[in-house]
Amino acid sequence: MQTVEQIKAAIEKAVPGAAVEVAPNPGPAAQHSLRIGPEHAVAVATFLRDDAELALDFLSNVTGVDWPDKEITEKVKVTRPVTKTVEGVEQTVEETVEETHKRVEPGYLESVYHLYSMAKKHGPVVIRMRTGNRTDRTELPSLTPVWRSGEFQEREVFDLYGIVFKGHPDLRRILMWDGFKDYPMRKDYVEPDDFEYEPTAHDEVLARAQEHRNREKGDEGTREPAAGGGGR
Amino acid sequence: MLGEGILKGLAETAKNFAGSFVSEDRLTTVEYPEQRIPTAEAARVFPFLVYDGTDWEKGLRCVACQICEKECPPKCIYIEKSKDKKPDYVGKMQIYPARFDIDVSVCMSCQICVEVCPFEAIKMDTEFELSTSDRFGGLLFDREQLAKSNEHYHKIHPTEASEVDARLAEEKAKVEAKAKAAAAAAAAKAAAPAASVTAPVKSESTPAAGAPKAAEAAAAKPMAQTTTAAKAADAALNAPAAPSGKPAPASTEPPKTAAPDAGSKTSGE
Amino acid sequence: MSETATDLRFSLARQEGWNRPPVVEPDGEGELLELAMGPHHPSTHGVFRMDVVLDGERVIKLKPVFGYLHRNHEKIAEKTSYLASMPYTDRLDYFCSLTNNWAYALAVEKLSGQEVPERAEYLRVILAELTRVQNHASSIGFLLQEMGASGTPLMYAFREREKVLDLFEGLTGSRMMCNYMRFGGCRVDASAAWLEQARKVVTELPVFVDEFEQFLRSNEILMARSQGMGVLRPELAINAGVTGPMLRASGVNYDIRKVDHYGIYDRFKFRVPLGDHWDIYDRYMVRMLEMRESIGILEQALKEIPGGPVMDPKAKIRGFRPKAGEAYGRIEAPKGELGFYLISDGSPNPYRYRVRPPSLINLTVLEDMCLGHNVADVVLIFGSVDIVLGEVDR
Repeated sequence: MQTVEQIKAAIEKAVPGAAVEVAPNPGPAAQHSLRIGPEHAVAVATFLRDDAELALDFLSNVTGVDWPDKEITEKVKVTRPVTKTVEGVEQTVEETVEETHKRVEPGYLESVYHLYSMAKKHGPVVIRMRTGNRTDRTELPSLTPVWRSGEFQEREVFDLYGIVFKGHPDLRRILMWDGFKDYPMRKDYVEPDDFEYEPTAHDEVLARAQEHRNREKGDEGTREPAAGGGGR
Repeated sequence: MLGEGILKGLAETAKNFAGSFVSEDRLTTVEYPEQRIPTAEAARVFPFLVYDGTDWEKGLRCVACQICEKECPPKCIYIEKSKDKKPDYVGKMQIYPARFDIDVSVCMSCQICVEVCPFEAIKMDTEFELSTSDRFGGLLFDREQLAKSNEHYHKIHPTEASEVDARLAEEKAKVEAKAKAAAAAAAAKAAAPAASVTAPVKSESTPAAGAPKAAEAAAAKPMAQTTTAAKAADAALNAPAAPSGKPAPASTEPPKTAAPDAGSKTSGE
Repeated sequence: MSETATDLRFSLARQEGWNRPPVVEPDGEGELLELAMGPHHPSTHGVFRMDVVLDGERVIKLKPVFGYLHRNHEKIAEKTSYLASMPYTDRLDYFCSLTNNWAYALAVEKLSGQEVPERAEYLRVILAELTRVQNHASSIGFLLQEMGASGTPLMYAFREREKVLDLFEGLTGSRMMCNYMRFGGCRVDASAAWLEQARKVVTELPVFVDEFEQFLRSNEILMARSQGMGVLRPELAINAGVTGPMLRASGVNYDIRKVDHYGIYDRFKFRVPLGDHWDIYDRYMVRMLEMRESIGILEQALKEIPGGPVMDPKAKIRGFRPKAGEAYGRIEAPKGELGFYLISDGSPNPYRYRVRPPSLINLTVLEDMCLGHNVADVVLIFGSVDIVLGEVDR
């Protein structure tokens, strides 16, 4: 099997203008992946499937991953000119200070494809695609026309993460019901507060249960209070 | 002939049907609840707390460390620690659980709480006929319902219980021997003059303050002497095993390393 | 067979829309009937719904609808530790809990680089092949139940399944939700008494398979209802990601035990049965033959199992934090390729935990296989895919 760099070179030769970069994978598994730009993704996928040497005809797994916005606090050395008085003479000197900068790295959604070859019996080749951001630019090209096995899996990624796959023949919710709003697998998903709390809740679940019970008592709800827990 | 395959199949089932009147293993139905198959020894249903002796409150092994509560996947265990302490099976004062609830309607019998418990306090029961008509309270087992004796544990899991008992007895013997050696070393230290406090081994000519103390000191000296010799030999043999592999004779060393050697002597190997 | 499949694949790939289901025109007068088969249905192997559009008895369109058993297993795994996710994997494909455990343990071992001692590998193979035997037997039993055999083959299969489940209970403590594999080995060691009992069960299994095959092989009803029905072309099977006995019944020689060389499968001699006609009868025959091959592997493994520890002594049970990185580990589960994709960020819980369910992906081609057939055949074709809803919905 070729290494990731060789595959990258082959893709760049076959599909000119494709944006491909190697995403290294730390850790012992060493399954490095290729990040592909969305514009030429279908062409790259078709090349990967039909190339005589790679023959990656089997799309095994489509996964969605959510990378939320990250707030990074870092100390940066900043050099700027400062007017100072040195020995009675006013001068402009370069001074280096260390400042704390806070910035927000924008988050994105990602879809990861694991490809194997049934003809050549090698693999996996992992390719990834990133969306623009998590709010309004969440479109990616669908690879279902190239590999049919993406049909249900891309629907699931759309259902649970909200990535809209352009070119998918039948994009609708698959695991949640049709009228469901929101995307459950995202990291910032808030579960609806309609549980019946079990009596052995502890830590954060207990805090939520107590808050729920206080709210119910305030509303004079008619539900039976959960037996045990903190109240027995 | 059309239908030959079906007839061959019917002949097979007829053979089985006739055979069920004749041979035991053709008749596989067990008429529960009149007939029962004995459960396997390793079977697990819901957890229970083990207590030693006859008083369940005094003999409860659980020390409310809350490890099982943290590792439980569906979080069905709820523990509240006590404010006071009670002695455990070796005599050390430990806190105990003031409340230990398991919600068996949530428990999925995965046995992870048993695996992670460091004190052999929670084990799996094999009782499965637990139906109740009280949906919320009847399926919430509290400390008293969960506490079952060590004899019960022996009855349902004999091999496991014997192993656990052997392990606990060994621990207890080790702790007792350590306490005895510490007491003997303290007595030897008290008997020796204050100057030679660093090397209790060398203090032979001690102004013995009483015969029993001298006897104890004399008993401690050969033990301590053989201890240092054995310690050096042990350290040479199993250097990676012992955490204090280097034979550095600090004053606190002999009591600590006396324990495994003393333990090995007392458990009669 | 795979060479021809490759050529066909390349030639058809040039056509647009070659891997989409064909459009079937209704050929009578009268209206089309839209029917929802399920979710409350005795033959749908769980809570599963198929929206079929019928012209008389013929199927014009078929859309599977599932999600009734969705238990957000992947989200729960993001909040629990790696060890605590192991009992949840039992409940994915609840028929074959030990292979689910192995797939997850394999993925975590790839992620963290742990080694597995030899005796543990042998035990894993023995338990996985026992799982495969009881799963294939039950699957054939269910298929015949749907053909109208009213339970007799099913009860024969379940009689053997009870013996295997008793073995599981003796070793792991539970008949179905075994929770036995750990990262770096197995939870407890198998005693000599258990191995003796396992050998006894494995000696009785070929007798059962012979008996089972004897009264089914030339059964005219079985042959009439299943031969030529539900044909799945190999190039479509490859492109749709179908794996497992369904793929091999379509003639493609791809068995992950032979391809990935995971575990110690290289030490055992076993063959991979392939189908010639790509229909339901071939899937039934492939499962029957795979049962025989599994019994062969079991006999070899039970003879050669060495002594030693069953757990890597450096493995941690609590406080397990693999290094940051990702890994995809897969095995040949009885239903197909079961894979786990894990992304770790160094914390005790996984950052992303994904199950690649074979049953879900095998259902992609259900529509293609059922179009043009009668409603009664839809049930059979669906039964030959052999799905478990716990895995489809997670």
